[in-house]
Amino acid sequence: MIKFNQVYKRYQGGYEALKNLSFEIAAGEMVFLTGHSGAGKSTLLKLIAAIERPTSGSVLVKGQNIKTLKSAALPYLRRNLGLIFQDHKLLFDRNVFENVMLPLQICGFDHRESTKRVHAALDKVGLLKREKSNPIALSGGEQQRLCIARAIVNRPTVLLADEPTGNLDSEYSNEIMEIFKSFHQVGVTLLISTHDETMLQKFPARILHLQHGELKV
Amino acid sequence: MKNAIIQHLQVIKFTLRRLLQTPVSSLLNILVIGIALSLPIGGYVLLKNVQGLADQLAGTPQISAFVELGTNQEEIAKVARRLKEHAAIDHIEFVPRDLALKQLQQSTGLADVIGGLTQNPLPDAFIIYPLALDAQKLELLRDDLKSWSQFEHVQMDSAWAHKLEALLKFARMAVLILAVMLSFALVAITFNTIRLQILTQRDEIEVSKLIGATNGFIRRPFLYFGLVQGLLGGAAAWLIIASSLALLNYSLAGLAQLYASSFSLKHLSLGDSFTLLLFSSYLGWLGAWFSVSQHLSQIEPK
Repeated sequence: MIKFNQVYKRYQGGYEALKNLSFEIAAGEMVFLTGHSGAGKSTLLKLIAAIERPTSGSVLVKGQNIKTLKSAALPYLRRNLGLIFQDHKLLFDRNVFENVMLPLQICGFDHRESTKRVHAALDKVGLLKREKSNPIALSGGEQQRLCIARAIVNRPTVLLADEPTGNLDSEYSNEIMEIFKSFHQVGVTLLISTHDETMLQKFPARILHLQHGELKV
Repeated sequence: MKNAIIQHLQVIKFTLRRLLQTPVSSLLNILVIGIALSLPIGGYVLLKNVQGLADQLAGTPQISAFVELGTNQEEIAKVARRLKEHAAIDHIEFVPRDLALKQLQQSTGLADVIGGLTQNPLPDAFIIYPLALDAQKLELLRDDLKSWSQFEHVQMDSAWAHKLEALLKFARMAVLILAVMLSFALVAITFNTIRLQILTQRDEIEVSKLIGATNGFIRRPFLYFGLVQGLLGGAAAWLIIASSLALLNYSLAGLAQLYASSFSLKHLSLGDSFTLLLFSSYLGWLGAWFSVSQHLSQIEPK
């Protein structure tokens, strides 16, 4: 599903964020991405979502090479990915329902069908009763769950989560991890970056550990 | 197909909502566009009215030949036959003196003066429509007709119309220049409005790109906004001209009454109004398009 082959990412000014990364994530796998802050976790996720492009080496996502992907094809790649951000990236000029609706509007879904899907996604993360609220009125945990609802409403085959439990207390974190686990059970490929050691113990899965931009086994 | 239409309708709904969210600035923008457009369009309307008046008084060049007073009917019929057979004449129109008096009474507003006359001072006349329209041939024909003994006076009606036409041509050019310049202004206004919107909606654009929005999808609401703003600006221009004309007509009514005439300024025709709205919408769209192509590429998710 995701394949890195000798990937380097060098930023302007010579800073090397990722060095010689090679790994593969199979379809349906759940993988944790760990490492101290600045180890390159976010950069790695950005390469998969084609927000950044590798300096050298190849990144294949669903068989498409990110390095050579045309910018016109980029939106269609991203529609297969559910992105979950640490800072949620919610839109505060519209309510919860409309936030989750956005990916479906972008894909041009039928209105009735998308309403159903939005409700299903909100139900899944336990926010169905808050659909008319403005996201600004939600707690941190709820905002994170809203971000998840928006990521999954499109039924993507791959979910990428950047520190999804970063700012949350353990109760909220567990809730969110349970949600992720249920996606894993229905065959979604998950890559979750975290620096939360207790998570890793509670939810055993394969771990990719980054240290100064390099993969340590 | 149905989905696409629903999507576009949603974008339009969203656009209107956005306009209503900032009512004062939207209103001011629309007003600025309206005023900018109303200057050239108003000039166009005035010119069209003057042109209409000129056409009403003198259409295509024609020659009026007045028959000597007291010429009998038989003689007049002979002259008519001779005119019809003339090689340089397309067709003629005979205006008996009684009819001429009536027409004069109706058309130029001298009703009161004419009403006071005891007898008809007007002669019978022929209105002659020549085949050729250039000045030289017209003069030749006029000189020929002048030599006919039955005609007391032969007059060409086109000279002043030509002068007026030249003047109108000049005025039309001035209006056109004004229109071109203010069109640029309209595009610039929309360009700037959309630029500000793009800046305030940075987050939304960024998120949309992250979850797979194509550039077309992101561009669409801005283009619609430009279009709708242009359309409303055009409608504002229409209203500004309408109310100006109403005021002008009100003061013109007094003047017209002095001449016993019912002349009043007419607004844009239905077709012209439609063209105005179409044109202003297009300019709004164009300004938005320039702005979007300029600024959207600068916003990439990080």
